[in-house]
Amino acid sequence: MPKVTVDGTEVEIQAGSTVLQACEVAGVEIPRFCYHERLSIAGNCRMCLVEVEKSPKPVASCAMPVNEGMVIKTDTPMVHKARKGVMEMLLINHPLDCPICDQGGECDLQDQALGYGFDKSRYEENKRAVKDKDFGPLIETHMTRCIHCTRCIRFSTEVAGVPDIGAIGRGEHMEITTYLDAAVGSEMSGNVIDLCPVGALTSKPYAFVARPWELKKTESIDVMDAVGSNIRIDARGPEVLRVLPRLNEDVNEEWISDKTRFAYDGLKRQRLDRPYLRENGKLREASWDEVFLAVSAKLKSTAGDKIAAIAGDLVDAESMYALKELLGSLGAKSLDCRQDGAKLDATSRASYIFNSGIAGIEQADVVLLIGSNPRFEAPIVNARLRKRYLMGGFKIASVGPALDLSFPVESLGAGPQTLGDLAAGKHGFAETLKAAKNPMIIVGQGALARADGAAVLAAARKLADAAGVVKDGWNGFNVLHTAAARVGGLDLGFVPGQGGKDVAGILEGAQSGAIEVVYLLGADEIDNSKLGKAFVIYQGHHGDAGAHRADVILPGAAYTEKDGTYVNTEGRVQRAKRAAFPLGEAREDWKIIRALSQVIGKTLPFDTIQQLRAKLAAAHPTFATLDALAPAAWGAFGQEGAMDGAAFRAPITNFYMTDPISRSSVTMAKCAEVQSSRAKDTGTHG
Amino acid sequence: MSVSNENRPVAQGAPFVFNEEMKAKADMHIAKYPAGRQQSAVMPLLDLAQRQNGGWLSKEALAHVADVLGMPVMRVYEVASFYTMYNLAPVGRHFVQVCTTTPCWLRGSADVVAACEKHLGIGVGETTPDGQFTLREVECLGACVNAPVVQVADDYYEDVAATHVPGLLDALKRGETPKAGSLIGRQTSAPEGGALTLKDIPAKQGA
Repeated sequence: MPKVTVDGTEVEIQAGSTVLQACEVAGVEIPRFCYHERLSIAGNCRMCLVEVEKSPKPVASCAMPVNEGMVIKTDTPMVHKARKGVMEMLLINHPLDCPICDQGGECDLQDQALGYGFDKSRYEENKRAVKDKDFGPLIETHMTRCIHCTRCIRFSTEVAGVPDIGAIGRGEHMEITTYLDAAVGSEMSGNVIDLCPVGALTSKPYAFVARPWELKKTESIDVMDAVGSNIRIDARGPEVLRVLPRLNEDVNEEWISDKTRFAYDGLKRQRLDRPYLRENGKLREASWDEVFLAVSAKLKSTAGDKIAAIAGDLVDAESMYALKELLGSLGAKSLDCRQDGAKLDATSRASYIFNSGIAGIEQADVVLLIGSNPRFEAPIVNARLRKRYLMGGFKIASVGPALDLSFPVESLGAGPQTLGDLAAGKHGFAETLKAAKNPMIIVGQGALARADGAAVLAAARKLADAAGVVKDGWNGFNVLHTAAARVGGLDLGFVPGQGGKDVAGILEGAQSGAIEVVYLLGADEIDNSKLGKAFVIYQGHHGDAGAHRADVILPGAAYTEKDGTYVNTEGRVQRAKRAAFPLGEAREDWKIIRALSQVIGKTLPFDTIQQLRAKLAAAHPTFATLDALAPAAWGAFGQEGAMDGAAFRAPITNFYMTDPISRSSVTMAKCAEVQSSRAKDTGTHG
Repeated sequence: MSVSNENRPVAQGAPFVFNEEMKAKADMHIAKYPAGRQQSAVMPLLDLAQRQNGGWLSKEALAHVADVLGMPVMRVYEVASFYTMYNLAPVGRHFVQVCTTTPCWLRGSADVVAACEKHLGIGVGETTPDGQFTLREVECLGACVNAPVVQVADDYYEDVAATHVPGLLDALKRGETPKAGSLIGRQTSAPEGGALTLKDIPAKQGA
């Protein structure tokens, strides 16, 4: 490894690294605009100039590889003069409209101008102005502010794999634009807002809303998909004003999907902010006492085997645990957290988690998708697959609906027939999988959420065994979930007990009268018309499908309004934190259940969330360790049997509207509209 | 403040596909590059498309080139908008480009431009109402020895004076193709009026 000297400190650094990286290792910060460690090197902003001994000119450190014995100086008069010159050039055509710019206060150019800018401009000509572009409903553009760093172009081309952004013209007339002002067609386009070092690309929903120093920043976890992206929620008072990504190399790197970033305006609409009670067929506002008495009376007068509960996709583990304990004490066994009817097996953890971890994708060399479209189900996982694809030597194939994943995917077939052939070794791809060093299978909910899901799971397992997907030090059998609550629910056993009914059974029972009370804990994705005459208790935060059918509504808290534990698709236990208080009379969900238990007379044995978590961790040890992956034992699961001939169906057709929050979001509605109009546009692609 | 030019692709309204001849040429260019690197042929293909499409690249033409090369249309548009020799808006049948860079200007290109404007009745950058001519000022055409230079289609007309302009344009309008090269009879880039040096043959040594 070459040794270089940075400002008198000698550091050793991997061969092929750049001078800038060497400086970072030495703890010297280099100003930069175009360089970004996750994008290719452009070297066009020239802000990172340093002096290298024996080099006649200042050197762009981001693009210069290190050599043995290089002597780098970052704090000499020459470096300062060079950087000041670059800054002066950049500011020639920059409008300096910081007081009305949304980037103000968190702007790289503003910060670095403080160090390298002049106090006045020597430029007396007219500044250049550029017409603003239309990048769709998410990205606001002020192209006059653009300094042409090309980070947005490189992001959309390399990371997102949707090369919609480009630079037209040349020299002074260069402009960043999309082709004919089309909206950026990526599910993670919002990341260019974070990447933009100036105020050229800013958030449209957040435009002129707040200044960064006014916001209370809360580090939390996202629940819009099962990835569990690490996010930062910025709130002012009771209002969530924006959501930003937080760095977690193992989960989301530093990207988040557009749904994660922009669905927050759904938190302000259609909210349940007080309890409701149905009287004479109409819901009326009620007090907590009234609704608790009504629920308690109903639960106490109903036999345990006639009570059922379904947990939704956004529910935290604490409230699921509390509800499970409460209904357990009443003798109810029909609990289910698999709203979509996925035939997941809660007894074997390896059968329902993403065993290799999301970061493990980078080790895989052959991937088989079964009934999954990661681009819609988990754009962050898709970005990781694309990252792996770009590394080269990678093969990916799919059994299921036709896919456009932003990289080539071989389509093997549409349904169980092909999977059966693969498992039996009758398909050529089985050999490819077997020959791979680190083969991977990703089973999506499209393959499991069907009547023969258990047989599909068994076939996938058989294929995994036959192809050597699970071996020493490598478990490539992965299930990709779509619901943030799902793995947590399975981990704590929110599934039918002995003799209990699953979601399909509960709905059937509700129609036949075998189930009289259904407790919906944020469950909105079930077919409400099948709830028959059952008494429906809905606890949740949005007036969505479940609330419309409810007889009693208990207003709960959305994910930004409560401390909660979520387990992502990898089985990673993460804690979301409260960024704002629940609306009106709404309360945190576990507290509602705890209060209800007292009214019923079956008081749950915890008064604080810490006590609850201690109980949860004692009963289910996976909850004891946060933010780590524990390997799950490979056991028997699934149920061998005949598979239906029907093709696997995509579980998500409209990426932007998958849960009560995103369905209430105006921003997401606009995105969905753009997406459907693009699908209708049958012109040439682009 | 100055607002930069909009240079957006214009839809032609008719589909664009390479004809047989252009297809063959395009394949020849694509074959020059290794598999997976067909995008390198974007510039010659844009030129072929422009030739087939009457001197300009429509939205449909850009899309077709992108399709043929399997690259995003945005990338094709970047290239087409970068180079000034690709026209993104319709031009007249005869695309008259007058060089006005310093050597041509010193030799009277301003008069040539004025003569063109006067004869055609249009300004620089405009097209005649009958669609016959588009007049444009361009930067150095690389024929400075025979300045001033006017380029029409692929032909260079050199040593152009304002007096040559009406005859040249009228001939083009009649559908003729005037002989390219120096309009004052200069032999390639030799001195005006014939050779000036090495005219006397030296006597044989020692004779």
